[in-house]
Amino acid sequence: MLSGVHQPDAGTITFDGRPVTIPSPAAAQQLGIATVFQDLALCENLNVIENLFLGRELRGMRLDDVAMEVRSRELLRRLSAKIPKLSVPVAALSGGQRQTVAIARSLLGDPKIVILDEPTAALGVAQTAEVLNLIDRLREGGHGVIMISHNMDDVLSVADTVAVLRLGRNNGVFDAVEATTEQIVTAITGAADNAVTRRKRRARRAVAAGAQEGTGNE
Amino acid sequence: MSDLSTAPPLAEQEQYEPEEPAGLRALVTRFRGGDLGVVPVVAGLVVIWTVMQILNPVFLSSVNLVNLTLECAPVGVIALGVGLMLLVGQIDLSVGSLSGLSAALTAILFVDQGLSPWLAVPASVAAAAIIGLLYALVFNRLGVPSFVITLAGLLGFLGVQLWVLGSKGSINLPYDSGLVTFAQLDFLPSWLSYTLAVVAAGWLFAAGYLRARDRRAAGLPAASLRGLVLRSAVLLAGLGLAVWYLGRARGVGWMFVLFLALVLATHYLLARTRFGKSIYAVGGNVEAARRAGINVKAVYTSVFVLCTSLAAVGGVLAAARLAAANQSTGGGDVNLNAIAAAVIGGTSLFGGRGNAFAALLGIVVIQSISSGLTLLNLNSSFRYMVTGAVLLLAVALDAAARRSRASHGRA
Repeated sequence: MLSGVHQPDAGTITFDGRPVTIPSPAAAQQLGIATVFQDLALCENLNVIENLFLGRELRGMRLDDVAMEVRSRELLRRLSAKIPKLSVPVAALSGGQRQTVAIARSLLGDPKIVILDEPTAALGVAQTAEVLNLIDRLREGGHGVIMISHNMDDVLSVADTVAVLRLGRNNGVFDAVEATTEQIVTAITGAADNAVTRRKRRARRAVAAGAQEGTGNE
Repeated sequence: MSDLSTAPPLAEQEQYEPEEPAGLRALVTRFRGGDLGVVPVVAGLVVIWTVMQILNPVFLSSVNLVNLTLECAPVGVIALGVGLMLLVGQIDLSVGSLSGLSAALTAILFVDQGLSPWLAVPASVAAAAIIGLLYALVFNRLGVPSFVITLAGLLGFLGVQLWVLGSKGSINLPYDSGLVTFAQLDFLPSWLSYTLAVVAAGWLFAAGYLRARDRRAAGLPAASLRGLVLRSAVLLAGLGLAVWYLGRARGVGWMFVLFLALVLATHYLLARTRFGKSIYAVGGNVEAARRAGINVKAVYTSVFVLCTSLAAVGGVLAAARLAAANQSTGGGDVNLNAIAAAVIGGTSLFGGRGNAFAALLGIVVIQSISSGLTLLNLNSSFRYMVTGAVLLLAVALDAAARRSRASHGRA
């Protein structure tokens, strides 16, 4: 809804202290809300620069590709992106690089808020670390970041505040520094009794009993 | 934009490769990666021309090549529109019928109604544009696949063509009319042909030079002056040779120049405008294009309209070349030749890949086969078979290139 893809049935959206309506993706961008979708929404047959500027190319009737390339490089450099060649089609890039391109594209319009939908879901360990670094840099750069993720490690490593949505309702807001995985998972699943809490309890009991070996607490 | 203050390590900065690594090795790498470009079609053309020349020494004569250029223009213009449709991942099967219908409309308005060709031709093209609009409406609103809509159009508008031609079935265009002389008799004076060749080469150099200057000023890698000069010199030599050789017979026809101009205009549209990028984007990933704020329906609509309009222009050219519009104008193999030309020239059937020059190269291949076999006194049965085989080869190459791209992580 914040991205303007779906419309709310009821309720209000308050942005920068005033109520707003977001009828379309373009409207969201104009407000300063940029979204990186889970499937990235890149055109694989286009190159990096063409993807970055898709739909907002400079000088529509005689494309200014020099300016676009300069801005692309500047942007990717600020994100410390490791993309060696901008003239290759996005199809040739790795998952992490594509994620970087998608995030860089969201930054072109100088948004106030960037929404990342499952940015690490499809990535390997190294690429995940790269993307998490990138999210940190976005925050340091003064952008508000909303990251949607089911990966507790990723959430706790970059988030300041964790909000849990359960079955479409807000089910608790946590401070990321104080909250534990346990608390958050409880809020997600809606039950204090689940695999994570059971394992924690088992581990605690095992420690208390002085049993040192083989408790599977890795 | 707000400042992302953390600077990257110095070693990571500016490790960009030059814009286009030249040389044979880069070409081989590109090839392996499934990026075939124009190489297969040019290679195919060389083979066809060699074989045809061995079979009949008249084939590469100036006279025959002049005819070849003139025969390329009508279907080539149609293929240009089909290429646009393929780029957005759709297809128009009705281009043959539409070209026949607009030929018939032009003939009726021009000969029967006595309108000036300056009114008759635009009116027929406008009629085709409205048909394209209609197609797009059905496509966008009802979501009917384009090949079904245009298959219906293929039959429906063939019917309309036969109906408007009435019982006569054929309308002759006067031989001394501007329309016919344009397609049959009007050739560029040789000084103008050479001037245009020089202008084209100069244009290529100037555009490349200015681009390289801008890129250097912006601190980007740019093409070397030597490369630019070489490129323009090759173009000048090629065009000069072509003009000289065709000039030994009747020269370069205005109709062919019109076709080339349309190809160049389409190329500009695709490569240098926002609209062109949105065409590629829609062909590559519709959903991504939509979320990037592109009005996808508007892109489809304009491509449908462009395709049907170009088909109409091609039909008028065909009628002018024949000096008649009849029931078989746009029938027979026109439809499939136009689609085959776009595909043989390197436009991917899978959408999002290809360019305007595909129509030019593809139609030259098809008309070379056709002309060569005609010179050998082989009838159309052989022409159909050979063209079919070449089309299959082109599509197989396209599919193989796509697989290769996939296995190299580029698709």
